[in-house]
Amino acid sequence: MSVDTSKVATSNRTDAATASKPGPAGSLASWADDRLGLATAMKKNLRKVFPDHWSFMLGEIALWSFVVLLLTGVFLTLWFNPSMGHVTYEGSYDQLRGIGMSESMASTLHISFDVRGGLLMRQMHHWAAMIFIASMMVHLLRVAFTGAYRKPRELNWVIGCILLLLGTLEGFTGYSLPDDLLSGTGVRAADGFLKATPVAGTYMSFLLFGGEFPGESIIPRLYIVHVLLIPGILLALIAAHMLLLVYHKHTQWPGPGRTEQNVVGFPMLPVYAAKAGGFFFMVFGVIALMGGLLSINPVWKFGPYDPTKVTAGSQPDWYMGWPDGLLRIMPSHMESVIFGYTISWNVLIPILLVPPLMLTVLIVLPFLEGWITGDKRDHHLLQRPRNAPTRTAVMVALMTFYGLAWAAGGNDIIAIKLHASINQITYFMRGAIFIGPVIAFWITRRWCISLQRHDNEKLLHGYETGIITRSVEGQYAERHLPISGTSAYTLTARDRDEIYSVDGDTDAAGVAAPNSRSEKLRARLSSWMYQHNVQKPTRAELEEAHHHAEHEAELQSGLDHPVDGHQFDDHRLRDTDEVPLRDH
Amino acid sequence: MSNEDHPSDHVPATTHDSHVPSHRESEPIPDPGLPPHEWRPTDVDPKAEKRAERQIAALFIAAMVSAVLFVVAYFSFSVGDSWDTFAGMGASTVSLGVTLGMSLLLIGIGIIHLARKLMADHEMVEMRHPAASPQEDRDATIQALNDGLDEAGIGRRPLVRNTMLGAVGILGLPAVVLLRDLAPGDTLDISKLAHTIWEPDMRLVRDVVGTPILASEVEVGDLINAAPEAMFPTEENGYPELEGAEEQSEKAKGAIIIVRMDPDDITPAKGREKWTVDGIICYSKICTHVGCPISLYERTTHHVLCPCHQSTFDLADAAKVVFGPAARPLPQLPIKVDGEGYLVAQSDFTEPIGASYWEREKQ
Repeated sequence: MSVDTSKVATSNRTDAATASKPGPAGSLASWADDRLGLATAMKKNLRKVFPDHWSFMLGEIALWSFVVLLLTGVFLTLWFNPSMGHVTYEGSYDQLRGIGMSESMASTLHISFDVRGGLLMRQMHHWAAMIFIASMMVHLLRVAFTGAYRKPRELNWVIGCILLLLGTLEGFTGYSLPDDLLSGTGVRAADGFLKATPVAGTYMSFLLFGGEFPGESIIPRLYIVHVLLIPGILLALIAAHMLLLVYHKHTQWPGPGRTEQNVVGFPMLPVYAAKAGGFFFMVFGVIALMGGLLSINPVWKFGPYDPTKVTAGSQPDWYMGWPDGLLRIMPSHMESVIFGYTISWNVLIPILLVPPLMLTVLIVLPFLEGWITGDKRDHHLLQRPRNAPTRTAVMVALMTFYGLAWAAGGNDIIAIKLHASINQITYFMRGAIFIGPVIAFWITRRWCISLQRHDNEKLLHGYETGIITRSVEGQYAERHLPISGTSAYTLTARDRDEIYSVDGDTDAAGVAAPNSRSEKLRARLSSWMYQHNVQKPTRAELEEAHHHAEHEAELQSGLDHPVDGHQFDDHRLRDTDEVPLRDH
Repeated sequence: MSNEDHPSDHVPATTHDSHVPSHRESEPIPDPGLPPHEWRPTDVDPKAEKRAERQIAALFIAAMVSAVLFVVAYFSFSVGDSWDTFAGMGASTVSLGVTLGMSLLLIGIGIIHLARKLMADHEMVEMRHPAASPQEDRDATIQALNDGLDEAGIGRRPLVRNTMLGAVGILGLPAVVLLRDLAPGDTLDISKLAHTIWEPDMRLVRDVVGTPILASEVEVGDLINAAPEAMFPTEENGYPELEGAEEQSEKAKGAIIIVRMDPDDITPAKGREKWTVDGIICYSKICTHVGCPISLYERTTHHVLCPCHQSTFDLADAAKVVFGPAARPLPQLPIKVDGEGYLVAQSDFTEPIGASYWEREKQ
């Protein structure tokens, strides 16, 4: 660049700042270090490098919305009364005055109508919960799609999956607390789920509810789980998640100068701290705006819980929607009585078996992938989703399963909005839940492989300029231009996939090698995973392609410059390295 | 593959200066190294720098104004009766949300603007280290562990080891037993699930007002949500006053629906021919799937649908499941007419109502 850099701003110096004489802050620091000895650890970490990419922000949204949940939640506890004691509502909300309800419902109404800022805090708390769970899910997808869960980060992936489970339970216990008609219906369904648990289910239900449903204990019990037990575990696991992140150092996208051995980015102090801190205020601010402008969970419209009443279109919060959808599409009459004991498959399968199974599948993904590939190396460079077609396709298949189950949870709403038959929608979902993920897997994998081919095309033949030239013979051809060196390097900065092969089934004496059956399975899976992938070109292939391109250029030697379509304007590209990589 | 196959991944970090292009032969294109730093306008143009300063300060000042407005809004707008006078949500909630949100958002935008425009933007390079400890540390740790276990002598004294593990393990018993009184005394009696408050000659009453129902006033096509008369105790009917948990659970179990249809439409179930009164038929309102109250009645088909998971029952055919995830028909309450023409129960339900449970068939 030809910019005059002699008068560079003083803050942006290239050399490290040197320590000056200690001021008041310095003496405070030495006072603290004399007692805590933190300087050794801080020395490295204050300037710890974090790589930058928009997708690394998703987990941050989850973190900051959790902080907002803690702050708004503490505010709510100052007025909320988690009691099922019966009172007659005498507060400001006209339409429920004189109606009998539990104290938890009455205090929720009190917070909403008689505490200034109370409704704002309630709505912020609920919105923050939705954002918390949604951002955890999207963050999980980012980590999976880029292969960030590979060694050495598998355990942090496990912690993240448990955080998602706990966040969901925390959400369920939270929205049950107001004891309104909608959430009470959800609690009754949960009681049904407990009772469907074989052997101990009935007793579990009685112990949780302090006797028969609904009892007078469930709200105070859910309350302590919601405000102490789960948040405590969440805090501890979030701390562990962050500590591991710092220890492993964040993954980064490959690019010039960004390798498996280094991490390139901005230092924690000041840039990353400022960006992350500023982002906290932005997340907080957006949640406050949502809390002020967007109504959520208007319990006064539902009314207090009454076990004999229900409203049409009852829906749980969206993150509970997918097990609810599985519940809805179970066929009729799925119940058996064995030796006089009742087994409710219609609840057991969609609630007690499939969701834990899905969580287990998620948790084992990195371990399964590591075993199949036999790859024991540390990975710090992220993969583009297209460069791991099978993994990407597996994730999309899981997403499709989730999405279909979730949509099935709204089958009544879909039926109303589309004027369709709810029976037809349900029949469709029963089939789609099995076929959909398979189709999604197949399409995604082919799509990824096509994108890989496209990348190789760009490397070998350049990008399509959209410029059609006609040769003297009258032949039309599209002009391709080479992509920049930076882009070309970035496209090749990935591993070649190696299909795992069994070295020998039998040893010299003809005896089967130990584990040879599992090794064979592993080889088969590895081949299934990798065999269709497109590998990056070798240096010889690149040179050959470039040689070919030069040959073509020679054919145009009658011209004094290569035909690039810009002969008649001033957009002549000065240097192929400055041609931007166009994203097709 | 093992670690030994890939020594290059464990070489000391010092040999990997990212500014030096790597020369691994297998790579088709050598690493060109980090691109040169580009100066921002705020780095080289004092005017741009000043402008950014002013922008950032303006954002922070606007945040302050917004915070003050929050306080003004807090004291200016009342909640209570007029909570919904503005935007359907209440002037107080909307103004507090907007001022608080803007204040926070402006601080956030200001800080990020500061970081992007004025803070140093040199990318730094830090070397990674393997997550694993060095081999000598591992060996030393294993050695220390073995030494410790050896000195404890636990391995050589299986009697001590096993009794210690047993003693600690058996502590699980007190921990579990301690939870027994989550449902104290006979509240843990699960046989209650098999019974409701219904008893012979108890009147069926309308669920909100508690008035008894004359058989003659039920029209064909009607669906009445009803309750046991015992839920509405008066001096006249003499039922005892119910309170708290007991009232709630009896209410939850006793809810019924009464429909009247053309007697010819009804397919009488075996043994239940005398459970109805002139086409008036009564079922539990509680879904046999997971226990939602059922509410949506389609009079032309005699189908009733649970709004929670869409289980559909045919009331004309012993409330059999015709669609949805439920497995069992709705339990039917046998009814008759008393001397004054009011609908009364012949008895309690003959099977447990609501969701299935493990011991259901045993009771």
